[in-house]
Amino acid sequence: MDWITTVDHKKIAILYLMAGALFFGIGGIEAILIRIQLMEPYNQIVSTQIFNELITMHGTTMIFLGVMPIIFAFMNAILPLQIGARDVAFPFLNALGFWTFLFGGILLNLSWLMGGAPDAGWTSYVPLASTAYSDTHGVDFYTIGLQIAGLGTLIGGINFLATIITMRAPGMSFMRMPMFAWTTFITSAMILFAFPAITVGLVLLTFDRILGANFFSIEGGGNPVLWQHIFWIFGHPEVYILILPAFGIISEVIPTFSRKRLFGYSSMVFATILIAFLGFMVWAHHMFTTGLGTIANALFSISTMLIAVPTGIKIFNWLFTMWGGQIRFTTANLYAIGFLPTFVMGGVTGVMLASAPADFQFHDTYFVVAHFHYVIVGGLVLGIFAGLTYWWPKMFGRLLNETLGKITFWFFIIGFHLTFFVQHFLGLLGMQRRVATYAPDQGLDELNYISTIGALLMGVGVILFLINVVITFRKPADAPNDPWEDGRTLEWSIPSPPPEHNFTQIPLVRGLDAWWKEKMAGNTKMTPAEPLGPIHMPSATPLPFLMSVGIFIAGLGFMFSNDEFGNGFMNFLFNNYIVVIIGLLITFGSMAARSLFDDHGWHIDPEELEDKGAKI
Amino acid sequence: MMKRWQYGKRILLLLTAFSLLLLSACGREDLSVMNPQGPVAQGQLDLMKLAITIMVVVLLVVFAISAYVLVKFRRKKGQTEVPEQVEGNFKLEVIWTVIPLILVIVLAVPTVSQLSALGKDYTKDKNALQVRVTAHQYWWEFSYPDLGVTTAQDLIIPTNKTISFVLDSQDVIHSFWVPSLSGKIDTNFAGDDDTKGTTNKFHFSAPNEGVYRGKCAELCGPSHAFMEFKVKSVSPEEFENWVASMKAPAVLPEDEQLAEKFRSACLTCHAVGDQGTPVGPNLTGIGSREAVASMLLNEREGQAGASVEDNMKQWLHDPQEVKPGNKMPNPSDLGLTAEEIDAIAEYLASYKLEYETNSAD
Repeated sequence: MDWITTVDHKKIAILYLMAGALFFGIGGIEAILIRIQLMEPYNQIVSTQIFNELITMHGTTMIFLGVMPIIFAFMNAILPLQIGARDVAFPFLNALGFWTFLFGGILLNLSWLMGGAPDAGWTSYVPLASTAYSDTHGVDFYTIGLQIAGLGTLIGGINFLATIITMRAPGMSFMRMPMFAWTTFITSAMILFAFPAITVGLVLLTFDRILGANFFSIEGGGNPVLWQHIFWIFGHPEVYILILPAFGIISEVIPTFSRKRLFGYSSMVFATILIAFLGFMVWAHHMFTTGLGTIANALFSISTMLIAVPTGIKIFNWLFTMWGGQIRFTTANLYAIGFLPTFVMGGVTGVMLASAPADFQFHDTYFVVAHFHYVIVGGLVLGIFAGLTYWWPKMFGRLLNETLGKITFWFFIIGFHLTFFVQHFLGLLGMQRRVATYAPDQGLDELNYISTIGALLMGVGVILFLINVVITFRKPADAPNDPWEDGRTLEWSIPSPPPEHNFTQIPLVRGLDAWWKEKMAGNTKMTPAEPLGPIHMPSATPLPFLMSVGIFIAGLGFMFSNDEFGNGFMNFLFNNYIVVIIGLLITFGSMAARSLFDDHGWHIDPEELEDKGAKI
Repeated sequence: MMKRWQYGKRILLLLTAFSLLLLSACGREDLSVMNPQGPVAQGQLDLMKLAITIMVVVLLVVFAISAYVLVKFRRKKGQTEVPEQVEGNFKLEVIWTVIPLILVIVLAVPTVSQLSALGKDYTKDKNALQVRVTAHQYWWEFSYPDLGVTTAQDLIIPTNKTISFVLDSQDVIHSFWVPSLSGKIDTNFAGDDDTKGTTNKFHFSAPNEGVYRGKCAELCGPSHAFMEFKVKSVSPEEFENWVASMKAPAVLPEDEQLAEKFRSACLTCHAVGDQGTPVGPNLTGIGSREAVASMLLNEREGQAGASVEDNMKQWLHDPQEVKPGNKMPNPSDLGLTAEEIDAIAEYLASYKLEYETNSAD
């Protein structure tokens, strides 16, 4: 119950992490099934229809439900600590964001049990995603599930923007903010601009499918290419929404374990902003073969190549952060070091893809599959593992087992390169993407086999990580404030895990890497910026949970509103939108309750702080 | 110092050359991007080679710096002094902003020039062969508007002639791709009268005779993986023979009863020669094609597979098993007995076009 009503950012972070792990596991199982099906030519482990559902759900789950919440978990757990805040700006909304995300994700995955998963690819291109060619409810689950989940992301993004703008500790100017806080800020801004696009797109597609509208149908005067533009004007920034926080994590881990400040901090900030900006300018590079014409292709080619410049700045800054430092090969740092060359490999193939005439060959082949897995798995997932190992003691008060962590790392990274490096060649040898099988003797057999073996090794790596987590939780929570000893940012100045109010006294920030600066000055704690006094805390509430349940019910009701159930009562309930109305009543009722009854929260008194023995 | 640099340069050259050799040596002639068989694919490969060279250099630099840093600056035992906290270095940062910018320009210039070459419109060119490609779930229709010929699955083209394509789709988005001849282009639904949607234009040529494998590269439904086709380039004389034999009157089964069955069951959707309805794939001369239903390869010199007859029987006895989700009704549901299906399969397998002058069969 405590977990359902919580509005504490640290607990919400743990909820995000658990939900992310659940969906990451589902997406991972889907991935393994895909690779087993492709292990040998003409395999028939799954039918071609199921295969299409697997690839669609693997992509959708990993992007929207797997890595996104884990990133949000880090943002929630760490960001307020890094900027010296007691919580996010809107704790209630924070909880609402999580619950809408979770119920959206559950709705999407219910499709496996309720008559067919979405099967039109994670990009859901029309007309394939229209009712004419995808006649199960699969794509409805996709549009409505993602709509609800996306709501949560948008709420979260706005919340972080407000938090960073208004709640930084005294002295923490923007140019003193830790890099992870910066990337959270930029990511949130991107969410603010990108998610409305997909929201609109999903509404249009839902209307086409459920209400018989014609936004994307040629016969009705619509245009299917419109969907591609809407999807990618969201979809490309989305890739950067995912990778920028990973950049932020790497920018925290590498300096800590090199005992050096981040090289070229201001150019890092500049590069992050530039990447975000260019990320919005290049969506049509996913559409070179759509037939946009020479001029459009040329412009999008060049703007895409330009992203290499800020990314290059980042890579070299990281390398030169380590230069002259004292590098410790902890598990977290292994992931960060493994990230560097792996991500560069994904980056250079990105530049190759940007060249439109060459992309006519690369597009929709395994070369592209290899490229984006190098970026998303080799970049983002390695970044996530680095972040998990790095911040685990701060989130849970326990250090993960280092030896097991290193074994995990090697399984994962070797498996990863084995899986995806050969896929570059599969693409060049003529294997198109999203094929359920392939004819033998085309020169594709051995490489596919190798790729599947690699995927299994990655699976072993992930299982080892879970074992590590279980082992760790059987130990007492005794991690010190600053377990890595070289922590640089504010989160390391408070106990692990932090008390409910984070900072007993809001710290005064006297420079970049505030905690490091105090340590170098010989201090054992931050200088407070305020006297000891009562701390205002928000009240726990079940309303966010109830609101999300309402939206979930309304979504299900809307989806089945045209169905014939063969049962008079069910037909009555669904076809007259009664289920939708019940769901919306729950949601709006909760909103009304929230508005009508003022809740002023509660206070922690200074004396209580002493009782609680907050380790200061 | 100078010597060491030259040594390094030599290794770098060697490595680049080696990786390019490795890349260009791999892959089947009829399928691989790395083994181009026409000028368009060659141009695209040249661009890819340039990009790979630049990228290999970038990778080597990053790998080298990483390796050096990781070996040189690992924390040694008893090391407690705090390293100097370097803020950054303006000069260095400018260098790694400008160098990538230069590399991007080096790649951007040929990109744009190739793009404009590929965008050239040949649809009004009298010297080019005009072909209309129409994609269907899950087969390809090729018609030659100037010659009045329509075929399916095997695209026959003359060598050394620019083939100018106009492409569209009758249902979902597909993508037309012949890796060894050219990159791909999407086929969009263009509406019944061709005016509402977007048709795409495209061209390539094949200097050598041969059969090249083509694929659908855009997810188009359950049988996406089975939506392949072949491009067969033949000499100009053979091409003329082929056009003439395609225009010759249709050959129907000799057995009058079987011919009647074939008319009533098959020709309501399919066409042969001057007869039938052009809804499904055109069947004229289907016995001399490279494959049945694109994935059942026909046995012939240099190609493993089953006989045309066996493939045809397999397909006709259960089309859904071969290509799930295709629109063809099961012949047995059309009232054909197993014997009649076999007889029609034999008839179709023997329906060949004799147009290859040095043909073995």
